[in-house]
Amino acid sequence: MTKAKKPKLLQGNIACAMGAIKAGATFFGGYPITPSTEIAEYMAAQLPKAGGRFMQMEDEIASIGAIIGASCVGHKSFTATSGPGFSLMQELIGYACNAEIPIVIANVMRSGPSTGLPTLPAAQDVMQARWGTHGDHSIIAISPYSVKETYIQTIKAFNLAEKYRTPVIILMDEKIGHLREGFDVSDDEIPEIIQRKRTLDKENYIPYENTPSMVPEFIPLGCGARYHITGLTHNEKGFYTQKSDEVEKFLFRIYDKIEKNKEDICEYEMFEMDDAEVVIVSYGSVARSAKEAVSKLRASNVKAGLIRLITLWPFNDTLIYEKCHGKKLVLMPEMNLGQLSLEVERAIKDTPFYSLHGAKADLIDPKVMADKVISLLKERGEV
Amino acid sequence: MQTAYKKYFRDNLPHIWCPGCGNGIVMGAFARAIEMLDYDKDEVLVVSGIGCSSRITGYLDFNTLHTAHGRALAFATGAKVAEPRLKTFVIMGDGDAAAIGGNHFIHACRRNIDITTIIINNNIYGMTGGQFSPLTPKGRKATTAPYGNIDRSFDIVDLSKGAGATYIARGDVFHAFRLSYLIAEAARHKGFSVVEAVSTCPISYGRHNKFKGAADMVNYLKKRTIALNRASRMNPEALEGKIITGIFYESEDEEYCDAFERLEASVKKGARK
Ligand SMILES: Cc1ncc(C[n+]2csc(CCOP(=O)(O)OP(=O)(O)O)c2C)c(N)n1
Ligand code: SF4
Repeated sequence: MTKAKKPKLLQGNIACAMGAIKAGATFFGGYPITPSTEIAEYMAAQLPKAGGRFMQMEDEIASIGAIIGASCVGHKSFTATSGPGFSLMQELIGYACNAEIPIVIANVMRSGPSTGLPTLPAAQDVMQARWGTHGDHSIIAISPYSVKETYIQTIKAFNLAEKYRTPVIILMDEKIGHLREGFDVSDDEIPEIIQRKRTLDKENYIPYENTPSMVPEFIPLGCGARYHITGLTHNEKGFYTQKSDEVEKFLFRIYDKIEKNKEDICEYEMFEMDDAEVVIVSYGSVARSAKEAVSKLRASNVKAGLIRLITLWPFNDTLIYEKCHGKKLVLMPEMNLGQLSLEVERAIKDTPFYSLHGAKADLIDPKVMADKVISLLKERGEV
Repeated sequence: MQTAYKKYFRDNLPHIWCPGCGNGIVMGAFARAIEMLDYDKDEVLVVSGIGCSSRITGYLDFNTLHTAHGRALAFATGAKVAEPRLKTFVIMGDGDAAAIGGNHFIHACRRNIDITTIIINNNIYGMTGGQFSPLTPKGRKATTAPYGNIDRSFDIVDLSKGAGATYIARGDVFHAFRLSYLIAEAARHKGFSVVEAVSTCPISYGRHNKFKGAADMVNYLKKRTIALNRASRMNPEALEGKIITGIFYESEDEEYCDAFERLEASVKKGARK
């Protein structure tokens, strides 16, 4: 095992930018916004050295438009933003879903709504990441909980975008973005870099062919195949259709290619789950507190465990059901008023559930989590 | 002549346009311009927004990218910066370019990126059925200006000039061959070039504004257009209500992708030191 780098302190945002370059990003288009700006600044400095191009666009709509354009001609493309900018990007996230153009968007979440609290953390864009763009679609969203994981998961975000030809959103929060911690990644921890599946058969190219893999093969626009890309609902050849059977096939394909591949896409970590009777489900920086809460609870003789979701979308309902159903209690702390909690509550059916809201624009104290678990167990006569 | 540029079409007609619409004439002019330029079809990228005019990309046999309303230039900028070898054209409606996409438009002008932009100005939002656009003249009627439009309109030539475009021309669909020439010249120009193609929308504009039909609108263009060199010898009163056509501006400045290359060379040099 060779060490890639000496241990050093690194910020989450920088790890994200480094991950993007490692993944092979050659185009970045962005617009400055706290707390994500360090990503753009790093890309501006490093992308030219890595053979890529950085553009500061006129706004976030232009940013996402430009990265989709660059991806259409075959480049791995990336942007980074926060709340207000993420709102502006929504229409074109749907474009990338519809036209199946891989892009990666880092949204370093800050507290909202509106301008909100630009420098303070939140996880208030979780539902926006899922449903922010109009129309039925699926989406992939990842929420890393450490600096190192941000690096690794950014690489994976590009891999997933390429593999499934879809936008991937990295949902960091301000705490993860600005956290500085040890960053020690060995070469064998770095995921293999994936490119979207290409075909060389220009003459017979069917750009949106329905195949069992559900993901059409790619020829970059401008490489001899001369085809059409549109955000209109299209047939296999890429042209507008309103024929009901074609429309239905198309919509199901872009949905199913993600929803039916959860096993491949979804990642999570189990902590103290073997004999757990109480489960905390968490993600992002809050999962750091949740880990400590589990240890606290164990010290008080409560058999607690943690499911830490790394992939938020598609939502891993099977996992949540299997691991949580029938437990004494499931607690979900979130830095919002209960967003992913809705999904968890739905998945675990009639298992006792409590959504612990964090609206203070700050991390949730492990003690608050542990105390809540104990008081809820007492209420239920479980301790 | 017809068959000479047939090769630039995908053979998926009929098109969606109303009878007498100017969009087809601009599309024909564009195909002829490519013929004049003798570009390899594989190297041509045509990007459009959303609107009647933007449907052109569906019919042309190039690499075509039909984007979102107003965003064609954002997509095209990313594609061009990533792959500067592509001869990149953007085709947009007046609403697309000057309303919802106005910000992208002025910034593309400012960057001087080597994209040839054709704005099909039919003075109206055609696709949505005739609402006024930033190019609808004051006083004209639209479905959202039933008592006459009170908004002032843009002048695309002045707007482009102010924003920094380095080639600016205006043509019209009555002078279709002249329009081809202007498009070809714009493509030959290195930098951001704008061609305003004054067009006709008999259905969503003409009907609300006392035009008798498609032919009447084209005749209007025939009567109202005047070449720049002639116009420059006329006094302002005589030019009242005229549509001046020609090449308004051409200048040289560093092209955006060239600037990238320069930057990259200096970064590499710095790294070697
Ligand atoms: C974000 C967004 N807003 C509004 C629309 C609806 N819409 C479609 S085309 C159009 C205007 C078209 O006018 P123009 O750009 O002048 O092109 P034309 O149809 O006249 O060629 C509008 C408002 C849209 N598609 N997307
Ligand atoms: S509405 Fe106007 S612009 Fe649209 S196709 Fe009809 S005539 Fe042409």
